[in-house]
Amino acid sequence: MAEELLVPIAADVDVVSARQKGRELAAEAGFSSGDQTVIAAAISEIARNILMYAKRGEIVLRVVMNGDLDGVVIVARDQGPGIPDVARALQDGYSTSGGLGLGLPGARRLMDDFDVASTPGKGTTVTMKKWRRRHA
Amino acid sequence: MEVPILKQGHYLIASIQSALTDADLSQLREALIERVGKYRSRGVIVDVTALDVMDSFAVRTLRDIAHMARLRGAETVIVGIQPEVAFAMVQLGLTLKGVSTALDLEEGLAFLDRQARERIERVQGRIPRG
Repeated sequence: MAEELLVPIAADVDVVSARQKGRELAAEAGFSSGDQTVIAAAISEIARNILMYAKRGEIVLRVVMNGDLDGVVIVARDQGPGIPDVARALQDGYSTSGGLGLGLPGARRLMDDFDVASTPGKGTTVTMKKWRRRHA
Repeated sequence: MEVPILKQGHYLIASIQSALTDADLSQLREALIERVGKYRSRGVIVDVTALDVMDSFAVRTLRDIAHMARLRGAETVIVGIQPEVAFAMVQLGLTLKGVSTALDLEEGLAFLDRQARERIERVQGRIPRG
């Protein structure tokens, strides 16, 4: 399972397509339908962030294995304005766009691993992972 | 993808059929608020059974619909939130505070009927205001 999917994000239909593809990939990787929903919701939030702050970018979806764990890795990349204060952007209710301010912190709660790398003026990369124990 | 809105008596029923983009959700909000006035509706039901994900934008739009409809004199009830969707919403921190919900369409209709009955009884003075 070395599958990798790239979803360009440039319009609101792409947000829907990214989360649907994420759900399909999670299903192929053996995640429960509850976890598929969680993964799809997290993708929806970070895909919308790309649209809102950077106008365009891309999401890469991948299935990975680590010991007896299967996982999905979601990388969201853009060359937008970047996040000046990542720690603050990860706080509940903090938003510079008039949104609910739950996108990044909410997505972090939904996933197992979550990392934000951002350079102001250069762009932002969010990497998040969800794991499941492989049943023998 | 436009959401069909049915008029049933004093109620409007919007049943979402498939995944919606942000633009579709905003369009649904405008259409419902416009129709509450056009049909003088007292209640709005939004059936989200077919939604497999509810993210912050969807929740914000549903909340806006409920609050705007209330300002126009109609009560809104969201029905059909699936168990997995509810789980993910709670994890995300999305609450739908101040918005009525019911298990399914049947319960939603019963809820609106009950609300309407109480409104009449209040007018007739059988229930104290409050």
